[in-house]
Amino acid sequence: MRNNKSVFANIDWTLVFIYMLMLFFGWLNIYAANYDEGAVNLITMNAEPGKQLFWIATSFIWIFLILLLDGKFYTTFSYLIYIFMLLLLIGVLIIGKEIGGAKSWYDLGSFSMQPSEFAKIGVLLALSKYLSQLNINLTNIDTQIKAFALILLPIILIMLQPDAGSAIVFASLFLVLYREGISGVYLVILALVISLFILTLKFETQIAMIITTLVATVFGYLIKKGKNSIKPAIFSLVIALGFIQSVEYLYNEILRPHHRSRIDLILGKIDDIHGAGYNLHQSKIAIGSGGFSGKGFLDGTQTKFNFVPEQSTDFIFCTIGEEWGFIGSVITIGLFLALLLRLIVLAERQRSTFSRVYGYGLATILFCHFFINIAMTIGIMPVIGIPLPFFSYGGSSLWGFSILLFIFIKLDAYRMDILR
Amino acid sequence: MSRNKFTERRLFFYFLFVGTTLLLLITLFGIQILNDSYKVSAENNVIKAITIYPERGYIYDREGVLLVTNQRAYDLMVTPRQIKQLDTIALCKIIDIDLEGFNKSLKRAKHYSTRKASLLLKEISKQTAAQLQERLYEFPGFYLQERTIRQYPERSAAHILGYVSQVPDYILKKDDYYKRNDNYGISGVESSYEKDLRGVRGTQYLIRDVWNRPKGSFEDGKYDSLAINGKDIELSIDIQLQKYAEDLMRNKKGSIVAIEPATGEILTLVSSPNYDPNLLIGRSRSINFNRMYKDLDKPLFDRSLLAEYPPGSTFKLVNALIALQEGVIYDGTRFSCDEGWRFSAKLKIGCHAHKSPLNLIESIEQSCNAYYCNTFRRIVEKYPTASKGYENWREHVLSFGLGDFLNNDLYNGRKGRVPTVDFYNKQYGKGSWKAPTVISLSIGQDALVVSPIQMANMCAAIANRGHYYTPHIVREIDAVPLNDSTYNIPKYTSIDKKYFNTVINGMERVFTGKHGTAKTARVKGIEICGKTGTAENSHGEDHSIFIAFAPKENPQIAIAVYVENGGWGSTWAAPIASLMIEKYLTGQISNSKQEAFILNGNLMNTEDAK
Ligand SMILES: [Zn+2]
Repeated sequence: MRNNKSVFANIDWTLVFIYMLMLFFGWLNIYAANYDEGAVNLITMNAEPGKQLFWIATSFIWIFLILLLDGKFYTTFSYLIYIFMLLLLIGVLIIGKEIGGAKSWYDLGSFSMQPSEFAKIGVLLALSKYLSQLNINLTNIDTQIKAFALILLPIILIMLQPDAGSAIVFASLFLVLYREGISGVYLVILALVISLFILTLKFETQIAMIITTLVATVFGYLIKKGKNSIKPAIFSLVIALGFIQSVEYLYNEILRPHHRSRIDLILGKIDDIHGAGYNLHQSKIAIGSGGFSGKGFLDGTQTKFNFVPEQSTDFIFCTIGEEWGFIGSVITIGLFLALLLRLIVLAERQRSTFSRVYGYGLATILFCHFFINIAMTIGIMPVIGIPLPFFSYGGSSLWGFSILLFIFIKLDAYRMDILR
Repeated sequence: MSRNKFTERRLFFYFLFVGTTLLLLITLFGIQILNDSYKVSAENNVIKAITIYPERGYIYDREGVLLVTNQRAYDLMVTPRQIKQLDTIALCKIIDIDLEGFNKSLKRAKHYSTRKASLLLKEISKQTAAQLQERLYEFPGFYLQERTIRQYPERSAAHILGYVSQVPDYILKKDDYYKRNDNYGISGVESSYEKDLRGVRGTQYLIRDVWNRPKGSFEDGKYDSLAINGKDIELSIDIQLQKYAEDLMRNKKGSIVAIEPATGEILTLVSSPNYDPNLLIGRSRSINFNRMYKDLDKPLFDRSLLAEYPPGSTFKLVNALIALQEGVIYDGTRFSCDEGWRFSAKLKIGCHAHKSPLNLIESIEQSCNAYYCNTFRRIVEKYPTASKGYENWREHVLSFGLGDFLNNDLYNGRKGRVPTVDFYNKQYGKGSWKAPTVISLSIGQDALVVSPIQMANMCAAIANRGHYYTPHIVREIDAVPLNDSTYNIPKYTSIDKKYFNTVINGMERVFTGKHGTAKTARVKGIEICGKTGTAENSHGEDHSIFIAFAPKENPQIAIAVYVENGGWGSTWAAPIASLMIEKYLTGQISNSKQEAFILNGNLMNTEDAK
């Protein structure tokens, strides 16, 4: 049964190839973002390009270890890894280093470590383990609550840091439950909540209520399903109107001022190119000025000097857009789309529920990062500080994503050996 | 398997991924291709970083005389790939260089990097720079970089001050602070206090359009950093004395080191031949440097710190002190001398004719070799084995700061050599050498070598009656006195204070005694204590050595003079030391005849080194 040829046996080279291309292109852009005429040597441990090379090399060590381990390891130790990651998330609240008002990092001397990047591994493994149990039925409320709890626990810990960006990423794992059989109603409710939230913030509360009522009436009239459905329909409308009423309160009391201003900016409620809008304005100029084919490698004029401290992390796409133009955008987005679609195809060919859930979870997390990151640099999402996987500078995120991806590659290579 | 009935739900994910990807691509298509306003914004919004070079710190002498200052200069820089439709002739006309030279420089710049800025023309005059600045927009790719270059108004102390040049490549690789074309102290104080002198570079971000026309500062200077000027440094050097010493050493090879015994501050540090420090600034530096590098008299070589000479008879003082400390002689101990000391037919050390026997004071006054051969034997032979006795002697010698680096703030230094037991074991074989084998050590010869600054420090330790302060060159940084335990805690020799009196009395007799070896160099009214020395030189005339301090009580200056090929210590080195001491203590010279003799003396075997 056991396939003992080599650690590289049966692995999906398409994924590996996409991964390598992303690392290479990402590193070029980190180099460019750090480059200026006076810079002498960027490939040292004092400069980001040099450090990123170190992170890439150490990621390869992780990858080798992951492929070396028996595929059973991940199913056996799922919960243990999950608990360990939760402890790390609790620990960072106590002894973490406070950067920009959030305790998200462990200070390890010359390096910092962001536990939320690694917690993804634990949550994904635990969720896969839980949903792959025999006789699991996601239409059962009890099962739903337990699955929700697995995902919510780390989200709560991350919200305490607070780190809204990472929390949203974890929340995206609910989509996996949909694939595994939870009712589609949840999806519709989620979509409605988001829509109402945006609607209310975009317009005044009263106007939002009027629009909602009008739409519901017209919709209800068009469907005309009969008297039985009138009661639940009116009930839903009342809940929706109540939600609209509370949005403003939630918005003002729960979100922090800088989050609010970023959302207001996207909704067009404020137009401030020097305050909160500064980053967005600059990043749009950088990307927009790239044109069709870009200004050329190292020839960008907008993304140098690291004014935006996140130039090589959260805003790395600006450098891509400026120096490689629309072609660079298409290549980057194309690589991500290829990666995501390939992950779904592979997830569906798994024989075990564990591997399938893991594959879907991985795709969802990567999608969330990819979409939110690029969308925020071009102004269709608020500025939420999360990195672009495999492109952004940073050891924690590169290690985290590499480990996540290669655990799946190992599971996939191992798929013939397991039945569940 | 049971839940694979939801397989069709994968379509939701396909739609989600493809749909959002399209949303991103369409938005990007709008921003990057359809909308031109971002291109215009970017073109009017090229951010350019301008380096603001800090002014390098000034250097003063101990009296506040300005030794090193700065002058403004402009470098014309070029970034080759930014050049567009260059009107070469117009540019050459403004900066006044020939077309050929210009093209050569441009080619070199392109060869270095088309993308990075490099130096095209160094140090353009202020007027030209002003003219050029106005028309610079006509020459995209070119810009003026303001910088400062050093100037040395006193034209003296070249070895001490060192020089400044563009930062060398190996430093660029090692130290992240530096960027290409930065100034960097290469030697001397400029090097050892580089971090204090250099200041901190500033950066100014300016908005330019793509035609390089300034559009004001970026974000009201929010990201700009000011340059912080370098710190001023006050040296312990007395520049008047330094220049006088340089004059005395003109046309002679050698070194003068003077130290203030009470502090360890270096008053004078001369290496001869020397040169005008202004030769090593600006465009002509490399030519001058190469010329001096090839000069057989080695003007670039700092003899005061790097030359290692035998101390000769001056070292007898140390041997006398060790013998007193070890109790193998006392003040009245006499040794006879029959024009030297004989151990065997083969092994003898000669001496000049004088009355015999002599006591300790007389032995210093007249520099008797036999006295010290006997003394040295007693020191070593006090112990059961030669190596034990020798090791004990060596420990005493080391306590005078000889045989090792002084670990001070000077850019250069040498350990010198006080030979180890191993050294002689290797030379003669273990156990087969005894005190007589290495008897020349008693008169400062054999394998013993010291640098002039070590010799001056040794003299300061005697002047202080048993301790010294590590010699150093800087007194204050930005008007704050140097408070460094390396320099303000005394280091004690292994000799008790009480033993110094006799030896110092002997040193006084060198000037005042009837047979004193430096009696012709006596200065009226100043109690100088000194000791002559001569180091044998197999290549030619012997080297003339003298160490001295004055006044006898509460000494103000300790000095070591070394004149290569100067013959007897009394001929050149002793009068030079006296003149220096008199000049420093009284500000004038009483024996102008002797001064003239020294100033005009020429001991250079090569052509006049200018
Ligand atoms: Zn004698």
